[in-house]
Amino acid sequence: MQGNIACAEGALAAGCRFFGGYPITPSTEVAEHMAKMMPKVGGVFIQMEDEIASISSIIGASWTGVKAMTATSGPGFSLMMENIGYAAITETPIVIINVQRGGPSTGQPTMSAQGDMMQCRFGSHGDFSIIALTPSTVQEMYELTVKAFNLAEEFRCPVFLMSDETIGHMRERIEIPDSVDVVNRKELEKGKLPYETDADNPVPGFPTFGHGHRVHVTGLTHDARGYPDTTNHKTHSDLVRRLVGKVESKRHEIADYDIAGTDAEIVFLTYGPATRTVRQIMKDSPDLKIGHINLRIVWPFPENVLKEFPNAKVFIVPEMNMGQIGREVARHTPVKVVYLPKLGGDMHTPQDLMEAYDREKALIGGGN
Amino acid sequence: MPSVSEWYRADRMPHIFCTGCGNGTVLNCTLQAASDMGWEIDDTVFVSGIGCSSRASGYTAADSLHTTHGRALAFATGVKMAHPEFNVVVFTGDGDLSAIGGNHFIHACRRNIDMTVICMNNMIYGMTGGQGSPCTPRGAFSTTTPYGAQEPTFDLAELAVAAGANYVSRWTTYHVKQLTDSIKTGMETPGLSFIETMSQCPTSYGRKNKLRQPLDMIEYLRDHSILISKKRRLEAEGKVIPDTTFAVGEFVRRSRPVMGLKR
Ligand SMILES: Cc1ncc(C[n+]2csc(CCOP(=O)(O)OP(=O)(O)O)c2C)c(N)n1
Ligand code: SF4
Ligand SMILES: [Mg+2]
Repeated sequence: MQGNIACAEGALAAGCRFFGGYPITPSTEVAEHMAKMMPKVGGVFIQMEDEIASISSIIGASWTGVKAMTATSGPGFSLMMENIGYAAITETPIVIINVQRGGPSTGQPTMSAQGDMMQCRFGSHGDFSIIALTPSTVQEMYELTVKAFNLAEEFRCPVFLMSDETIGHMRERIEIPDSVDVVNRKELEKGKLPYETDADNPVPGFPTFGHGHRVHVTGLTHDARGYPDTTNHKTHSDLVRRLVGKVESKRHEIADYDIAGTDAEIVFLTYGPATRTVRQIMKDSPDLKIGHINLRIVWPFPENVLKEFPNAKVFIVPEMNMGQIGREVARHTPVKVVYLPKLGGDMHTPQDLMEAYDREKALIGGGN
Repeated sequence: MPSVSEWYRADRMPHIFCTGCGNGTVLNCTLQAASDMGWEIDDTVFVSGIGCSSRASGYTAADSLHTTHGRALAFATGVKMAHPEFNVVVFTGDGDLSAIGGNHFIHACRRNIDMTVICMNNMIYGMTGGQGSPCTPRGAFSTTTPYGAQEPTFDLAELAVAAGANYVSRWTTYHVKQLTDSIKTGMETPGLSFIETMSQCPTSYGRKNKLRQPLDMIEYLRDHSILISKKRRLEAEGKVIPDTTFAVGEFVRRSRPVMGLKR
């Protein structure tokens, strides 16, 4: 099965019943599969007039209680930025699939990249928090899409599947389970205000349209009633701190990664395609001491994982960008961080990684 | 059947509209029409963009989605297609609808989604303090047309007709009765109904164009409107119609294929 199709199948399994999208390579197969499947499951597929409309439509759909998603790539992703912030401040559960391609601008439509990793985190103006998942296999395109929907429901924030052309267009055998664990919308309790929260429950219940809550939803800074309150410093400060905190304070519970070789001095930190390359060199050279962190969730960044490598002398971060997550790693550790950008559309080869490994090994010195 | 006053969100009063603003009139006509329709508040969703006019959604008692600038129709498309049982009403402004949201406007009309779209056309960007919009008449003054607007304007009603809306009308805040009836007709008509309301903004438009008093602006709107039937007759007779006038009345009522009908 192709990665993009696995993603669409995962969405359907998670209960997605609204898809609004606009064609763009290399994500289009997700939309095409949704166009085919939605009528069969009683859902809605709509091809919107652009990506701004696409994300608008899924936010609107989500307020009716439906699980909704869109899929895009670089140029379309850029168009979505304003309404990503709208989803964040209104706490609308939505899932956005970004099958990344080379940018900036129209860039390399058919080639792979990971250049939108910072954009998904910080692309919309203002402070807020999101969750971003990064599959490295077709199986994970399925599983992490399911997970993306569950996290969107749990945290009421935009959740991104930050895939790329390599994994999106890859074909692998996958196992589709008979059923998956699904988190459904948690309705606001009657008698509670729409944005009423406390320290233990920073995510409010959802006042689904038509359920009698008579909620006013606005992108303006709002109080617990949902009413605009745009000049009160405390209202704004409390709201923004909660939007950031509800995700960031749970980052170690949200964290999803696997690690290997925790006693190594040289540690690769990867997500997406480079994960495959590290696994390849570990398989090819079982005697080499290589540490590996594979992140399936990049945002919120699970910095505690770095502490699992007490002997680390260097973290090598191969990315298909100029070092976006590498910089995040460096922010959290006194250990040396080596950026290993790969641009142009190809994933890292075993040789790319071995050269970096050997270089660092020589600098560290000592035996293997 | 909820009364007009029940359709208001009382705990949000007073509203932010300036004294003499036309938006209150349009909101009231809309809620009167919703009440006349016998709609239930909990079956209705108001969606709006950004601008003074778009604040109207927040003063209704129903579920409401105050979205981003220009995007109300795209959000409303999601609401209505995901849940066709809702009555969906969109409030928008001339800038919101025809400048930043122009693409969504024509596509919503083309899809002919079953909802009612009410544009408060005050010929200006009211909320941001009076900049020119695509509907600012040629020669009119605004903060960004200090020497008089030079650009030709949009005729929003004709645009909606051309793009495919099933019901299109235009009235002014002077024509309260006709406006209310027209909104109700729009609500009854399957497909997208577009009701353009020429509305006074004494603060941002009037101030710059010697129409400071709300009443002056309402009189201006009355005096510059011409019934569409009369306009068409005069045109057929080859008469010259001053380009400072605008047609009011029902532009179209038809039954093109529709999306998002109640199941
Ligand atoms: C993307 C974006 N650009 C600009 C603005 C600033 N802005 C707020 S309201 C508005 C104009 C509103 O004009 P109109 O739609 O005619 O509504 P009115 O206030 O006249 O009712 C603008 C430009 C914004 N909020 N968002
Ligand atoms: S600025 Fe104009 S449109 Fe806005 S509330 Fe005041 S009068 Fe109405
Ligand atoms: Mg205006």
